[in-house]
Amino acid sequence: MDSSALFGISTMAYILAMIMYMTYLAFRKEQIGITATVITIAGLAAQTLAIILRWKEFADLSGMGLLRSVPLTNLYESLIFFVWCLILGYLLIEFRFKNRSFGAFVTPIAGIALAFIDLSGVSKEIQPLVPALKSNWLLAHVTMSFIAYAAFSISFSTGLMYLIVTTEKKREPSYIFWTLTFGIFMIVMIAMAIDLFSFKVAVKPDIFIKSYLFKTTFLNSSPAVKLLSWIVSCVILFLVWQFGSLLKKVIQKVNIDAEMLDEITYKSIAVGFPIFTLGGLIFGAIWADQAWGVYWSWDPKETWSLITWFIYAFYLHGRMIRGWRGKKVAIVSVIGFMAVIFTYLGVNLLLSGLHAYGSQ
Amino acid sequence: MEEKKNKSVIDKFWDLLASVQLAIIIFALIALTSIIGTILEQRADEARNLQVLAKLFGESVAPALYTVFNKLGFMDMYHSWWFITLLILFSVNLIICSLDRLPKVWKLTTEPMAPSPEEKLRKFLITREIVIKGPAATVRDTVTDALKQIGFKSQEVTEEKGFQFFSQKGPYSRLGVFITHFSILIILCGAIIGLRFGFKGYVNVPEGTATNLAFADRGTRNIPLGFEVRCDNFDVEFYGMSDMPKEYKSWLTVIKDGREVLKKSIAVNDPLTYEGITFYQSSYGFMNEYMDRGIFLFRLVSANGQSSDVQLRPGDSFQIQGSNISGKILNFSPALRIDEHGHAFTYANQMNNPAVLIDFSESGTRTLTGWILKRHPETWQLPNGDRVEFLDYWGVEFTGLQVRKDPGVWIVYFGCIAMSIGLFIAFFMSHRKIWVKLIEEKNSTKILVGATANKNRAAFERKIDTLLSLLGRKEKGEK
Ligand code: HEM
Repeated sequence: MDSSALFGISTMAYILAMIMYMTYLAFRKEQIGITATVITIAGLAAQTLAIILRWKEFADLSGMGLLRSVPLTNLYESLIFFVWCLILGYLLIEFRFKNRSFGAFVTPIAGIALAFIDLSGVSKEIQPLVPALKSNWLLAHVTMSFIAYAAFSISFSTGLMYLIVTTEKKREPSYIFWTLTFGIFMIVMIAMAIDLFSFKVAVKPDIFIKSYLFKTTFLNSSPAVKLLSWIVSCVILFLVWQFGSLLKKVIQKVNIDAEMLDEITYKSIAVGFPIFTLGGLIFGAIWADQAWGVYWSWDPKETWSLITWFIYAFYLHGRMIRGWRGKKVAIVSVIGFMAVIFTYLGVNLLLSGLHAYGSQ
Repeated sequence: MEEKKNKSVIDKFWDLLASVQLAIIIFALIALTSIIGTILEQRADEARNLQVLAKLFGESVAPALYTVFNKLGFMDMYHSWWFITLLILFSVNLIICSLDRLPKVWKLTTEPMAPSPEEKLRKFLITREIVIKGPAATVRDTVTDALKQIGFKSQEVTEEKGFQFFSQKGPYSRLGVFITHFSILIILCGAIIGLRFGFKGYVNVPEGTATNLAFADRGTRNIPLGFEVRCDNFDVEFYGMSDMPKEYKSWLTVIKDGREVLKKSIAVNDPLTYEGITFYQSSYGFMNEYMDRGIFLFRLVSANGQSSDVQLRPGDSFQIQGSNISGKILNFSPALRIDEHGHAFTYANQMNNPAVLIDFSESGTRTLTGWILKRHPETWQLPNGDRVEFLDYWGVEFTGLQVRKDPGVWIVYFGCIAMSIGLFIAFFMSHRKIWVKLIEEKNSTKILVGATANKNRAAFERKIDTLLSLLGRKEKGEK
């Protein structure tokens, strides 16, 4: 069996686990919860094996030894590693807090990341490295950044759940904020699921499309479909806003309290922040200094890392101000993760499209 | 009266500058304004940002918007007066906040522990109470042992009805936050020193030549180096037959006052430093105007096996020993490709696929003209069985070097190390204090435990429960 078959198995396992965790949250049947955990562990095992195999394949192909062949060199491999860290981190929390209900909020992030790999047309090939990328600093930088990103995703999930369980009124800004975020999250997931279904299962296009992402919905060639997608999105946002309190009831039925959610949010940021500082900012700067002689050049990717860093610094300091602890900082933790996503994908996908250099 | 009022204004101002509220406002401002700098290209040509603005807001308003944004400094915003002001405000906030809090924290850190009266002990955030059989004098050893087992070396005082033990760990962890904050200032200082006393430049050095200056990245300034750098050789290796470079290297010699003082080969991620100036391998290319000085290394092998190595320049002729074939180099291409009509053309200005065009003659009469490609040994074979092996070339490439001087970089690195240590302390260590009071009662001893931790209380609480279970177990053993 080669690595891609194993990656396929782990992807299936995670998506199945996601459905199980959601079912568990809705019906609170212990067996379903246990099944979800078992499937997640199996997925993690398959993925671990797949990463090791790919590592070996890369080493055999490049002939450059194991250290030079760590499979963390492109978007595809880094997304895989991100999912791996996220699931591992999630399982640790599940065991530590003996609570499965976060699963329904964490596994969808893994699901979206994996669907993104399939849809965006990122290259899964093992690619040789250009000289600038052959650096141990870069390796440490990428590895630690993704560990931090995984920690931040967990704080995103728990921060969002915190908002769900603590908000009361429909007009409250925090309520509007979480329903909006949650709604967008759902819309993205649904749109990706439709893309996956129509392109991978139903249509099987023989023409090569560079990226399938949102091609069946927001980026469809027909204006009518486009318009419909936006209308449906607005309807979804409205429905989430209208019936958001149902979700609160569901979460409250499982034994989860706001205090614990706040603690997990803080703890994951407390782990993510130092790792991100050291790996994401400092090691990245050292690498740039080694390769070009500038440790900081304000390029968009660097600047967005700094923005992310400031948002989490905002979170950490906000907690120390009376009146900010609780909902307000939970909002910051959610925004922080949006900045993470933008640093990671938005800079490449959106900003480079805006600037002339990224058009290739 | 006057003075008092005055002072309170100053106090208010001080409090504002020392506040975390101001800090988070500054965080938000820096983060938000920085976003603009990632959308507009910094220090770019006007046309590029006009295009960006047109894409975002439409052609018609783009020029007007450009003027406004340009006035506001957004085209080079990280060096604009207001962004610098923001950074200064940030530093002042950080300094004053630290000065404001340091005395109090220093006191908490250094003040010796004292025994605690019972009422106070019961009010700590973590409190426990158990009763153990036996007089205080015997329970005493059990308690010191148990405390040692959870990692606390305790002090002891004798009280009227028993004893009290107290101990603390990690008082200095309270300073972690200060190290973190101070490290930010160190990094900013290092950056300023680098900007003030350093430079960023580049220079292209053709193989076999030397330079004693570099060109500034910005502006047209020439930067004298104070010594010469010669490029002895440059070489690039590709992945298979692709044009993707695997590695490129320059062999450099530093010449000071006419003497060779340093020789080193540099590659990407492996620079050379001399007298504080660092040379980074950054690019390379082919120099058409240096064609005439180029040297090609061929191995000429005749059909009957005689072989000889020759070095030739464009226009040179050669004779294959042991054969009646001779040749003349007519042309050179750094990157040759043949299109579908059979025409040869040069597709890049890099040495991706070097080739020479050779005019062959047999016993003085022209026979054929053909390209010989370094990467393609099948082109080396001549129809009569002779071979012209294209081994190497020299003198037609330049190495592109980035030239930097940054005396502040070590300060920045020092700041980074300090920040890592500070963050580690701030997040993963805590100041823990514990008091254990033994009160002798009839036949038994009451043990009161009080404890505090400035961080991660839950973990400390688990530790204390371990302590209690140790005490409990001891009691059962004694029964
Ligand atoms: C980007 C810059 C900054 C970073 C990375 C940073 C980092 C930190 C960290 C990691 C902590 C410990 C938080 C925790 O343990 O939960 C902290 C605490 C603190 N920071 Fe900052 N900080 C920054 C800027 C500032 C500024 C400008 C101020 C100025 C007022 C400030 C004031 C404080 C205060 C008062 C504390 C609380 C100390 C305590 O109660 O233990 N920080 N900071």
